[in-house]
Formats: sequence, structure tokens, C-alpha cells
Amino acid sequence: MRISVQQEDFDLGAEVKAISGNPKIGAVASFVGLVRDVAMTLEHYPGMTERAITKIVDEAKSRWQVMDCTVIHRHGALQPNDQIVLVAVASGHRGDAFAACEFIMDYLKTQAPFWKKEQTAEGARWVEAKAADDKAAERWK
Amino acid sequence: MKVRVLYFASVREKIGKDAEEIELPAGIATVSALRSHLRDRGGVYENSFAEKILVRAAINQDMVPPAAAIKAGDEVAFFPPVTGG
Repeated sequence: MRISVQQEDFDLGAEVKAISGNPKIGAVASFVGLVRDVAMTLEHYPGMTERAITKIVDEAKSRWQVMDCTVIHRHGALQPNDQIVLVAVASGHRGDAFAACEFIMDYLKTQAPFWKKEQTAEGARWVEAKAADDKAAERWK
Repeated sequence: MKVRVLYFASVREKIGKDAEEIELPAGIATVSALRSHLRDRGGVYENSFAEKILVRAAINQDMVPPAAAIKAGDEVAFFPPVTGG
């Protein structure tokens, strides 16, 4: 299991390969989030961020067969179309890989301490949390 | 008792600092009591912690509800609802 909060970009292919070595793994589900429309700066709470993501991954492991997992979340200044987040889950079968990947993403949205500040034509503004994200996390309860 | 209080994102910008040590008067023992105590300082604190503003909190890097208890030496963080992912 690898959790990284970093400024640098990541390589999806390399990350998927890195968790695919075990011959018992039959499925890797991955999600990559991209910056949409406008440049932004991501702030986070060093220490708590890694701790929160670890708790989310541990919860996913208690619900599904997760044989390996990588979560990378970038911070700092990002441009439209930049990669911002990666969740990749390796499992024996696709059902567990898909479910765990989606669960981790939904919880990350509501539990991991990141804040986006968008650079719009009218100036910089903090992105407001969406009720739809709370709903997405709620359905796993 | 003394606690270390951290501010992030819009809360940090409004208050104008990212951290401070605060000596709590007797009777301030929960996150919501600390929030009210800070709000009562007025000015930028009033702007950041007024009732209508959504603020989340963490104690020692775990997200907690407003009723959570604070003890001496805790790291208490205040921030807006998170928007990562």
C-alpha cells in the first residue's frame, strides 16, 4: 500500500504496474481525477492528510478484498487538464477492485483535508464543498 | 489549559495566520466552546466563526464533531468543508 501527497505529477501506467506483481491479482481498477476548466492551488493539512487517507484505505480493506492499493494526491499549483488524484486498487476480481476504488474516491472527497482555490477571471476563490459529494459518501454507510 | 490552534484555507486567510497557542479559560472544554470563544474575540475571528459559517474541526489530526472534548496540549484545527479529489 502506498499513499503519497506530493507536488509532482505521476505516471498511471507505472503506478498500475507497481501494484500488479502478485500472480493472485486478477483486476486493477484505477481512477485519475483531472483539473477541470481553470487553474487552481491545492492546500492541505500535512500529517492529517496522510492519516485520513490511510484510515479510508483501511476501511476499504475491511469491506473488500484489497491486495494492494496506491493513492496519490497532488497539492500546490495545478493547471487545467493536470492530473490531480490517483486511486488504484488491485484485487482478485473486478467487483472488489471497482467497489473499493469508488469508495476510496468518495470518502477522499469528504474526509481528506484538501482545499481548492480556483483562479477565475474575477480573481481567486475557494471552491465550496458540494452536497452531492456528501451524498456520494453517505451511500456507503 | 493551553492548546495549539491551526487554521486552514479560507479560515487561515480571514484570520491572517496559520497557527497560534491559546490559553483557554476554565470551562472551555469542547470544540464548539472553543469556536464560540474565538468568535467572541470579534473582528476577523467573528468573521471566521459566526454561526452561519460552515467550519469543520479536527483534534490531533482526526476530524471530530462540535461536541468533541479538548484536553491540554491538543492540536485543534479549524477549516472549511474539504474540497479535494
